[in-house]
Amino acid sequence: MLKKKRPREGAEIPSSSLADIAFLLLVFFLVVTTIDVDTGIGLVLPPPPDPEQPPPEVRERNMLTILMNAQGAILINEERASVQDVQDRVFRHVTNNGENPNLSESPQQAVVSIKTDRQTEYERFVEMLDEVIGAYRSIWSTEARQLGYRDYLQYRTVEGEPNPIRRQFPMNISLAEPDPGS
Amino acid sequence: MAHFKKKQSGTSQEIPTTSMPDIIFILLIFFMVVTVLREVELLVRQDLTDAENIERIEEKRLVSYIYVGPQVVAPGVYGDTRVQVDDALVDPNDFRAIQNVMRQRRTDEPRLIVSLRVDYESEMGIVSDIKQELRLADALRINYSTRRAEGATEL
Repeated sequence: MLKKKRPREGAEIPSSSLADIAFLLLVFFLVVTTIDVDTGIGLVLPPPPDPEQPPPEVRERNMLTILMNAQGAILINEERASVQDVQDRVFRHVTNNGENPNLSESPQQAVVSIKTDRQTEYERFVEMLDEVIGAYRSIWSTEARQLGYRDYLQYRTVEGEPNPIRRQFPMNISLAEPDPGS
Repeated sequence: MAHFKKKQSGTSQEIPTTSMPDIIFILLIFFMVVTVLREVELLVRQDLTDAENIERIEEKRLVSYIYVGPQVVAPGVYGDTRVQVDDALVDPNDFRAIQNVMRQRRTDEPRLIVSLRVDYESEMGIVSDIKQELRLADALRINYSTRRAEGATEL
């Protein structure tokens, strides 16, 4: 017995729910995505020491030596100091321009040297590095204000980086190798 | 007298929805590309300190991470301070592995930034040892990763 052929059903895939499927996937990725940026203190390390070339000589008055021991006590140029003093001391050292014979000759020559013990806690070190960088930023902001800007941040959006202020007040931070300590 | 005819707009009032799936697909593809599903599994504690004068690294693909902190033995139980690169802990007696890995990455990406994610309780000695290896590897751009302190200004 022959069966009468039925008319075929539509062979298309229904696409009305495509938008819903895409929406679900979209929501999944929206929830999963974390666009987080890393924040921190950026520095550039010096290249590895060259045995043939001795390190550049820095005159003693241009060097602000900050020492920190394992207990977190601080010496600035061999005097006891606290973390709160660091910013002010760095500011005065860098912007001295040869006035005080014990401080730097010019901002370009000024170097801030930080040395810790091997046992010093990282938290203490970052706290101090933060203060030193804060000092440089307030120097830059002071300069930017004299040029009529609100602060260094506004100056930088106009001038970009590197800019004249950064060249005039370079951030010369020297991180010495830590002492073995006790 | 002039005869005014009421103006009638010829356009229909409905927003066309035929292109909606396409728009959603484009958004979907954007988020699929941006998403990083798997970050490394941390084997050391990462309790970062905070700082005020920080900057943010916008170019995330330039960044390589080195994790330093007390090893997580069990949840809430911490061992000695160890260094983790990618998914593995580095042999504490031989940090040359760091140098080799970073030199390779530096060759692949000359603008490499190494972000040191150091737990607040770690000692400076281990951080210094890592820095010496990075200097030898010529990976000189580093970042001391910190959290954002309250009232911090980002440059």
